Parts: sequence; structure tokens; C-alpha cells
Amino acid sequence: MRLTGRFGRFGGCYVPEILVPALEQLEAAFLEAQEDPEFAAELNGLLANYAGRPTPLTRCRNLPSNIYLKREDLLHGGAHKTNQVLGQALLARRMGKTRLIAETGAGQHGVATAIVGALLGFETVVYMGAEDVERQQLNVFRMQLMGARVVAVESGGRTLKDAINEALRDWSASFETTHYLLGTAAGPHPFPTIVREFQRVIGREARAQVIEQLGRLPDMVVACVGGGSNAIGLFADFIGDEGVRLVGVEAAGRGLDGEQHGATLLRGTAGILHGAETYVLQDADGQIADTWSVSAGLDYPAVGPEHAHLKDSGRAQYVGATDAEALAAFRALAEGEGILCAFESAHALAHALKLARAEPESAILVGLSGRGDKDVAQAQQLLRASA
Amino acid sequence: MSRYAAMFERLGSEGAFGAFLMLGDPDLETSARLLDAVVEGGADMIEVGIPFSDPVADGPVIQAAAKRALAAGVRVVDCLRLLSEFRSRHGDVPVGILTYANIVMARPGLMQEAAEAGVDSLLIADVPSLEAEPFARAMMQSGIDPVLIAAANTPDATLARVGRLSKAYTYCVSRVGITGTHAGGEFDAGLIERLGRAGSPPPIFGFGISRPEHVRAALKAGAKGVICGSAIVDLAARGADVTELVRSLKAATRNDSVPQ
Repeated sequence: MRLTGRFGRFGGCYVPEILVPALEQLEAAFLEAQEDPEFAAELNGLLANYAGRPTPLTRCRNLPSNIYLKREDLLHGGAHKTNQVLGQALLARRMGKTRLIAETGAGQHGVATAIVGALLGFETVVYMGAEDVERQQLNVFRMQLMGARVVAVESGGRTLKDAINEALRDWSASFETTHYLLGTAAGPHPFPTIVREFQRVIGREARAQVIEQLGRLPDMVVACVGGGSNAIGLFADFIGDEGVRLVGVEAAGRGLDGEQHGATLLRGTAGILHGAETYVLQDADGQIADTWSVSAGLDYPAVGPEHAHLKDSGRAQYVGATDAEALAAFRALAEGEGILCAFESAHALAHALKLARAEPESAILVGLSGRGDKDVAQAQQLLRASA
Repeated sequence: MSRYAAMFERLGSEGAFGAFLMLGDPDLETSARLLDAVVEGGADMIEVGIPFSDPVADGPVIQAAAKRALAAGVRVVDCLRLLSEFRSRHGDVPVGILTYANIVMARPGLMQEAAEAGVDSLLIADVPSLEAEPFARAMMQSGIDPVLIAAANTPDATLARVGRLSKAYTYCVSRVGITGTHAGGEFDAGLIERLGRAGSPPPIFGFGISRPEHVRAALKAGAKGVICGSAIVDLAARGADVTELVRSLKAATRNDSVPQ
């Protein structure tokens, strides 16, 4: 490896020896591509003319007007995921791979991978926990419509982390022809770095847009954190701006005092899962805990290693929003601004609403990472149940 | 002399046969009995898994074994007790643990406790040689031999590091994939040769050993031994006697064993 793959003490490359050559090949391809103007031109062309970048920055009109929304919900595919699947798929083609595999929880990353599979002509296989397959039939069908094969994973708890395990197992036998298109800024080096660099465009655009609209930098940047790809993409260009507070919002689920949450940075301890040293929700023996969140995208027992470092170094602050707070923010955004956002993004908004009221003079940039179409049926059930 | 060194010396040109079992599968009592059964069948060395909830390097058979153990409530401390009791019954059989990094990280005293339980080596499936240095140092300080994996696709520069860090033996993988992968009876003699040049400890083939002809093919490729895991664990899971399988595989490690 040419890079260390470390963020402070976190990160690294904890995979079976057999996968190390595949990760070395990926790192080399990525570093070469970063130096290649043709790669940048093709990626930027796809981002602009296929995916719809730049995405707008919307200042709230009826919610507190010191909130600025970075609208990744308007990206093709309906979430920020498309940014980095385009980048990784171009790397896969560069390495001569013909097959893509991916994991997915609720299906957003699976859909994004199916999109690039169709666009760039890869055979695409998406691993999805059997329980998630049952809960997210519509996304399964979306992937199938675009030619991807969806494999229901029956091992373990039959959810996202098991889908990642199964994708890693597939890759251990298939890396010569196959690229593992990991969906977030987690996993073994070089994935956290690659995914951050392909998501960095979110913060780069938002920083320029805030300066243009407001004439200065925002005071706070707020994003939800599951694996952490949209947050790291939004944060990356602000890390050097010392006066800008970075706030990551984790899923507090049914409350941080119980066990039904996905708040890895707030309640986890250092461990090694899916290739990286990071914070992990686990028991005293190191067995990985079951997690819970109303939003499947935040329902993950580890977190990207750079967030672990940003927390420990104090550069970013991490807080939680409960299911109920997220649902309230989801409604408030729909009623106030006419925007249906993803439940994941509603966690960021829930915390931003608290900040906006407490500090009305502060400008708050919020990552609206995805649109809420996928969550509408669930919202209907939840709101009926609570009515 | 370490138990591994003594075993290789005793065996001379005969291949070592290692049997793998998941500790606590399906429960502690049965697990203790299975450990004895493979020794009775003639296993020269024992490899044991400490169950982990997310075993990415394992195929369906070993995954299921870990799941059964965890479902039975087996804790790491129970595994250590099983090993210490095994050691009191079998003083000379080398014992190696095969587990995952998070289990090791979660219990800072694990290597010391394992050494006290009579464990001889430790292989961490998701710690490649790139990350192995601090783990290997901690093992050596506790009196446990690090074992690293060498695969057919591992480049020479990495094999040199594997050779330097691995002490008891080198765990060789002929084919890409996960445990339980069929090697189709093919074992990479080139890997053994390259390991020899890297000055590594005795190479032992794991992955894809389920029949006597696999054992013979692996030894013919130059290995000093073999480890059989999934076939034994699968048989045990169906409630069958594992002693006979071990006996037939062990027989194939002997020089005078006749191919059938």
C-alpha cells in the first residue's frame, strides 16, 4: 500500500490475506486515476450530465431561515450515493473488472450500483439481508428492473452487516473479475479514502454556494452518520475551516439508554469490523450487537474510521436524534418547505432545528442526503400509529 | 522445544494432520467430547475457533458452527476453560486458536490467558501480514506463536513478511475463497517453494481438505501437513462420529499410505 489508510489510530486494512492484493490494486488504480485528467473529465461529465450536479443549496423559507439545505435528494438515484458509485465504477472499468458486487441495507446503495451497472455495462450482483429484502420489495424490484441480481442473505441477523459479510466472501473468490463497490466511507483501506474523495464534491459545492448566498462561511455543518459517507463528503472541505463547527447526527433510535439504536460513536467502543479499526457496537466479548433505527441507512454497528478520528480529535461533534425526532423533522420539512426527505436526512434536520432555534444568528448548513419516496409508506404507518 | 517443533520432529517425513473444531459447538459438553474424539482418531494437532458473530473468512459450515455456539450462550471465557481442560487431558498435542481481530481486541488479556490455558499458537483470520506486526509482538510476549496465512496470490514481498512473523507453521491457502472452498484436489507447489525461499516455518495446507486424496495431494505439493475443518465440523453437526473420518485422513499422511 502507498497510503497508510489511517485516521489517527483508526482505519487500517483488516481483511484476510487473500484480499490484500485486490485492495492494493484498487489503491493503485485510484491514485493513478486521481492524476489522470481524462478520468476526471469523464467522471465530471457523468456527474453533470447524467447525475445532475451541481445540486442546489436551498435556504429554508418557513422553517428557520438560518438553515441551508444541500439538496443531494435531487441527485439522480435520489441520494448522494450516486456520486461515488460513478467514481468507483469508472475505477472498476479501469482495472478491467466486468462484474460489480455491492451490499445494501434499505436498497439505496443497491439501486445506485444497479444504475451504474446498467449505464456502464457491468454484471451486477447486490447482496441484501433477507429481512431487508422482505421489507424493501420496491427497491428490490428497482434493482431488478435495471438488470441487477439481488441475492437475499440468510446468514447472521439477515440485515446490512450480514450483506457486507457475504459481499466480502464473494469478493474473496472473485476479485480477479469483480470489483466490490462498497457503499460507504467505511471498510478496509482504501475504501474510506476513495469514498470520501468521490463524495467530497458535496461539501465543495456547498461551501461555494453558502459563500455566494451568504457572503461568508456557515457556522455549522450538520449531517447524518450511518457509515458516514454523506457526512464525510460534506465535512471534507470544511475540516480546514477552524471556525466551522462540524456536527454528525447518529440514530438514537428508541433512545440511547436502551439497546435499540445505531449510535456507534456515542455508545460504541473501539473494535475491528469489516476491515477497519473504528467504533463498534459490541458486547464485552467483542460480538457485534444488533442495531436499530427507523432509517435503515443508519442501522449499522460500525462507522467510517475517519469519523472515529474526527470524534476523538475533537474536530467534529457527534450527537443523536431519536426515531421520533427524525419523524417530526420529516413532517416539518414536508409541511414547511414542500420537501420529502429521507428518514436518514431527517436525523440531521432534527438536530439542525434545535440548533437553529438556540442560535438564530448562526448559519447552519444541513446535508439533505436523500429523498423520502422510499420512506413514504413507512411514514404513513408510523404517523397513523401515533395519531 | 515448543509442542509444534516436538510434533514435527516426532513425525519426521510423515505429514502432520490438524483437525479444526469450533469451540462450544453445539454446546460446551459436546465440544469437549469432539476435541477428544479427533485426538483419538489420530489428529497430530488441534485448531480451534473462538466463535465470532461476523466471520467473513468462513464458508457456510463454519459460519453455522459459530452461530450454534453463540446461540448456546458460549462466551470467550468458556472457550478458554475448554482449552485448559483439554490441555490437562492431552499434554503434548499442539493447540492453535483461529479467530477474528475483534475478539482479540475486546479482551486485552486474551493472549496471556490463552497461554496459561496451554494454547500454542494464534491465527487471526482478518489480520493480514500488513497489519500483523503489533499482534505478533503481543503474542510472542505472551509465549504464543503467531501463525499467518500465505495464499497462492500472495506476492513474494508479502511472503517474506509472512515468513518473518509466522512462528509455529504457515497456514497455506491454495485457492482463493473462504473456508469450505473446494480446492479440487489441487495444491500449489509453487507457493510451498516460494515460502521455502522466504524462510517461513513449516507450510500446512488448509481450505479444501476433505478426502484422503486431498491429503496426499497437499503433501505431494510439499506441505508438511494439512488441516481439515469444514468436513469434520459438518460431520459433527449431523451427529455422526468424527473419529473415523480423522483416522482415514490421518492414514493418508503416512509415507506408506497407498492411494486408492
